[in-house]
Amino acid sequence: MKKQASFIFSPDQLNYEFSETHPFNQKRIVLTKDLLDIMNTIDPDEIVIPRTATDEELLLAHDAKYIEIVKKASKGEVSENIGSIYGIGTEDTPFFPGMHEASALLVGGTLTAIEEVMEGRSKYALNLGGGLHHGFQGKASGFCIYNDSSVAIKYLQQKYGARVLYVDTDAHHGDGVQWTFYDDPNVCTFSIHETGRYLFPGTGNVTERGNGAGYGTSFNFPVDAFTEDESFLHIYKTALREVAEYFKPDVILTQNGADAHYFDPLTHLYSTMKIYEEIPKLAKEIADEFCDGKWIAIGGGGYDIWRVVPRAWSHLWFTMKDIPTPTGRLPQEWLDKWQPESPVELIETWEDPDDMYEPVPRKNDINEKNEQMLSRALHVIRKTK
Amino acid sequence: MLVQDIMKTDVITLNATHTMADAMLLMKEKRIRHIPIVENGRLLGLVTDRDVKEASPSSISERLEPSLYETTLDKIMKTDLLIGHPRDFAEEAALMFYTYEIGCLPIVSNYELVGILTKTDLLYNYIELTGANQPSSHIQIRVPNFSGSLYEVAKIFRDNNTNVLSVLVYPYQDNEEYKILAVRIKRMNPLSIIESLKAQGFEVLWPSEPEMGV
Repeated sequence: MKKQASFIFSPDQLNYEFSETHPFNQKRIVLTKDLLDIMNTIDPDEIVIPRTATDEELLLAHDAKYIEIVKKASKGEVSENIGSIYGIGTEDTPFFPGMHEASALLVGGTLTAIEEVMEGRSKYALNLGGGLHHGFQGKASGFCIYNDSSVAIKYLQQKYGARVLYVDTDAHHGDGVQWTFYDDPNVCTFSIHETGRYLFPGTGNVTERGNGAGYGTSFNFPVDAFTEDESFLHIYKTALREVAEYFKPDVILTQNGADAHYFDPLTHLYSTMKIYEEIPKLAKEIADEFCDGKWIAIGGGGYDIWRVVPRAWSHLWFTMKDIPTPTGRLPQEWLDKWQPESPVELIETWEDPDDMYEPVPRKNDINEKNEQMLSRALHVIRKTK
Repeated sequence: MLVQDIMKTDVITLNATHTMADAMLLMKEKRIRHIPIVENGRLLGLVTDRDVKEASPSSISERLEPSLYETTLDKIMKTDLLIGHPRDFAEEAALMFYTYEIGCLPIVSNYELVGILTKTDLLYNYIELTGANQPSSHIQIRVPNFSGSLYEVAKIFRDNNTNVLSVLVYPYQDNEEYKILAVRIKRMNPLSIIESLKAQGFEVLWPSEPEMGV
């Protein structure tokens, strides 16, 4: 019988670890899964062990030379000078033993998720270990070594001949995926993120629309720093619906970085848990409407792994399984279990507290700028209607 | 940086015997606004979209004068041209665009047209200079306006093992005592650097709290 959803998981996904102090910390997958387990929301047969990506699959989106260097670095055989040419051995993306194997497993997890959905075993699939959207064809960048989304989209095209809509709600621009498919009219990349004026990677401007035959299939929605829920959600909902109607995808891949939250240490957006309740709901709605339900969701950024990510990512699973959005207190068992280890006081309810931050003085300006950005970004498709 | 590093070398040209209709079609097809007029590689003149419009009948006029479109370009081209040399500095070329309010500069060497530089090319060059086209974070730092400030800041980047993509130095409001350093660094996580900068007494203007009014 076809499952409603698959949860791709293996403890080996935690091997993608740069160091104990690095902000990218896959422990958040365990924290999320534990929360879902305590709530008895994952059936044992819904858990699918990720496979690893083969070299041939990695080559779909990466250069042979780069893969070779990562393999060598994995065994400690690359100097920092050589590594830095390929974006590894840097402060952001340091060397670590077994880095090739760990990275290939994250890519494999996203491929496993895709197979679950495309081969009809499951309606939806979730791989929280994926979403490494900064990886380039021949270069690591911003904590990302191999780009699981780029490989997975190529795989979707080659094996299933699918037209793919990639939706990226990470606070950072999904640059690696965008540039991989910049010339391709059969892949539409959609990224809503904090403006690159100051934040890494600096790209993701409205004017980046694709190139050649791919012109008009790359969409960027850069929101101002300090943007709050209402404006963020308005942009996301309006844009995603119009882009989906315009592009008409066969399948949707969503990258769910959870770093647009107020607490996130690396970004400057003022979102609350509200957006993480809403983001998956619309993704599912669009997938049901346009893609016969085919929706694969993956993780991404998210650097407040205690207060933000477990709650935020749980909503992806609730949405896939049609579990009503929980309210009120988190399970006491989960709070008791993890509070002692957390360096910050956990938020004890599904909702964020009302007084989490001081009112933003320039709120009206920010909303107005975002609104203008939205109409510029959608101008191309509104014009052709 | 020299003009030859940023100019376009595959220049789209016409001859003096081509017609206005040819020029209009070419401008539309290639989405360009400037056509150098050449003869055996030598620059004779320049036809811009404005020259063509000025010579065209009004679009709201009832009268049709098809013969106008057959006018040859030698009748409408500008011949008193400003030209540049491939080995001019990009800054010198930019100054010419600003001073003479021109949109395009034909580049000539050995009496031959070798390239063309437009406002758009200069603007893109500026974007590249700021490093905004490569994955990076942007930090603005207010530093005292005296010798050695840049060195002190650069030392912090070195100590944090961080590659700098670009540095721009510009004035701080109307205050001569400070300068702003706008730095693009190859880092996704700039937190340790911001901490070190603050610990050394530098003011980091961005990223900062929303109250700053930036």
